[in-house]
Amino acid sequence: MDHIRVSLPLDPEQVKALRAGDTILLSGALYTARDAAHKRLVACLDEGRELPFDPTNQLIYYVGPAPASPGHAVGSAGPTTSYRMDPYAPRLIAAGLKGMMGKGRRSPAVIEAMKEHGAVYLGAVGGAAALIAQRIKSSQVIAYDDLGAEAIHRFEVEDFPALVLIDCLGNNLYETGPAQYRED
Amino acid sequence: MGGYTVREIAAAQIKDCVKELILEASYVIGRDVEETMMQFKEEEPSPSGRAVLDQLLENYRIAREERVAICQDTGMCVVFLDIGQQVHITGGDLTEAVNSAVREAYNEGYLRKSVVRDPLYDRVNTRDNTPAILHTRIVPGDKLDILVTPKGFGSENMSRIKMLVPADGEQGVVDFIVNTVVEAGPNPCPPVIVGVGIGGTMEMAAILAKRMTARPLSEANPDPRYAALEETILSKINASGVGPAGIGGRTTALKVNIAASPTHIAGLPVAVNICCHAARHAARTM
Repeated sequence: MDHIRVSLPLDPEQVKALRAGDTILLSGALYTARDAAHKRLVACLDEGRELPFDPTNQLIYYVGPAPASPGHAVGSAGPTTSYRMDPYAPRLIAAGLKGMMGKGRRSPAVIEAMKEHGAVYLGAVGGAAALIAQRIKSSQVIAYDDLGAEAIHRFEVEDFPALVLIDCLGNNLYETGPAQYRED
Repeated sequence: MGGYTVREIAAAQIKDCVKELILEASYVIGRDVEETMMQFKEEEPSPSGRAVLDQLLENYRIAREERVAICQDTGMCVVFLDIGQQVHITGGDLTEAVNSAVREAYNEGYLRKSVVRDPLYDRVNTRDNTPAILHTRIVPGDKLDILVTPKGFGSENMSRIKMLVPADGEQGVVDFIVNTVVEAGPNPCPPVIVGVGIGGTMEMAAILAKRMTARPLSEANPDPRYAALEETILSKINASGVGPAGIGGRTTALKVNIAASPTHIAGLPVAVNICCHAARHAARTM
């Protein structure tokens, strides 16, 4: 399979050209956030306060990494299940976020926001956490340190393997992929 | 006491043993899981499904060789202790010994701390992954059997329990289990291991299901009727098309493990505890 190289932050034109099922290699900087951090980010938007990072054209990776052991930039760092961020994601997409990366299905509201604003949902292989960590070259907590593993980290990644799960037209690999192998 | 000898085991020894088991489970996948995944890979028709399984097998190797966590969700630590009735635990509190083991293993082993101190009003991380979930049974003998199963919540959240009624019968049981796994789709990190408890009361079915996530994949239920049911359900799950990582294929579950138990004349409880492919557990007899 040919991989498409994608630089971070994302290029909105490239995002529009990505299609569900494309395999990609990500390089550059991304931000991590999961349940508790999303709650705080959306509270910032509600109260008109500045976010800890500018979401324009950024990719948020849904992950709470394990602590780094000596000699490693980061501990194991596979994706968490994305639906828990569904109540918050449309707000961040409307604020300029162009990509999300996790695992599992998304809600119709998230997919509608992706179509409206030209955003993409990427997948990393859930549980391949030690392998994924090898592609993360540096990690720095940039906000919400008190949340521990749920703090917002900035990762520099190199050739991070990902898959386009849902593209900006709403094509969904979780629907088309299983349909090919269903036997009844 | 008429040939009835009491054997003393120090709480500190139990702590050390539980700690070692947590670390082993977190870094080293069982050979049964790895070998079963390799067998499924040979027969997986989906190229992207095979690519996912390759990544997972490579991930197991990296975790084992570098002694890093197989998955970043190192779970809530579930500990089963079967305590022989001739065992006398000395030198401290058993529950505290288990929690100390969790505290030390998660801190020293670079494992993620994922426990909050209250589920609803005070979701503050306890910072040491305590408390453990501890299940004890008193059994005959002078041994102490320890089973440690760190449990991630991607798959725990997709688990279900249902109080079926006797008229639902085998078909009702099959449909409930298959639907639970297929509707979970990509969320619990397939290929999964499906732990099932049938019978007992509500909580007993759930505990049996949890135990079944750790039964070796080479074993079947000793009752041939339930062994056949395990195979039937596995085939139906793998005909769903969900596949590795939920992106399509035939490898959705590696195994269905069922335990059955006597139940009430009015009842047919069924608990389904889904375990992801990072099916971590380690056991030892003291």
